[in-house]
Amino acid sequence: MVEQTGTDLAGLRRSPLAHLAETLEQVSAGSDSVTVREIPFLNMVGIRVDPDSAVASTLAGITGVGWPSAHGEVTGAVGDSAVLWLSPDEFLLVTEDAVELPPGLDGSPDGALPTISTHPLTVRLVAAMADSGQPGQVVDLSANRTTLEISGPHARDVLEKGCPMDLHPRAFPVNTAVSTTLGPVQVMLWRTHEDTWRLMPRSSFAHFVAQWLLDAMTEFTATPVS
Amino acid sequence: MLLIECPYCGPRDETEYHYGGEAHVPYPEDPAALTDRQWGEYLFYRRNTKGLLAERWVHTAGCRKWFNVVRDTATYKVQSVYRLTDPRPSTGGAL
Ligand SMILES: [Zn+2]
Repeated sequence: MVEQTGTDLAGLRRSPLAHLAETLEQVSAGSDSVTVREIPFLNMVGIRVDPDSAVASTLAGITGVGWPSAHGEVTGAVGDSAVLWLSPDEFLLVTEDAVELPPGLDGSPDGALPTISTHPLTVRLVAAMADSGQPGQVVDLSANRTTLEISGPHARDVLEKGCPMDLHPRAFPVNTAVSTTLGPVQVMLWRTHEDTWRLMPRSSFAHFVAQWLLDAMTEFTATPVS
Repeated sequence: MLLIECPYCGPRDETEYHYGGEAHVPYPEDPAALTDRQWGEYLFYRRNTKGLLAERWVHTAGCRKWFNVVRDTATYKVQSVYRLTDPRPSTGGAL
């Protein structure tokens, strides 16, 4: 069994919305004003730390991204490394997917216990947190949420059907991210470009959120009655 | 719908919060020394104020922080919002 898991971890993964990928693609293809897709397996790291502490500087040195200082702020860049503000002492680092077998899972003799993360950056951050001896927390949360990307000139209209936040650009400019609700579901909502938004629901809510979006998109995707 | 201003996130709809009951109910210094009646009163007895009441709220769908709100229980008007580390605001002796 060990041999099987040790070869291709990435290939064994199945994203929370894999079963809807085809549906999302078909519906999106039928609209020129709003599209939706899953961006699976983004690396997400939950970091709880006092942003003024020494260990916070150490961690920022590893991520290469400073800490956002207020509600809604995002530092870094989408598609690279970005840090989202969750609360005054809680942050979410989002980076691209990468899978590297840690010592202990790769068959090498070193490493007594395998780390619980397979992302090299996360492994370095966890180690730096542990070595610091300071209060704080670095946890691989990649499987906690998946990411839905909704884009197009009507994307905001769709989100406004179920989100209590003011999503107008004057209140919610590009590169703002907040924790809020869509319908009854708690999500992270991140405006990555003028007409492009990322929704990050917890994995077990992803199917509901996707179906909610498909329903809310109907007026922009359905074939008009002639 | 109440619009409550989280001290960390700003104004959000009531649906993003959960209510935590009356604030400033001190935990007994020596719980084991309490009689059953005293323990029961600590757990369950509240002022049930009509008017200004200091109460706890948590921003469940946002920053997940607890904070205090002074709210009029008759009109629902929120008078002030303050962090757990902030001093209790004066309410003219109404609390
Ligand atoms: Zn908040």
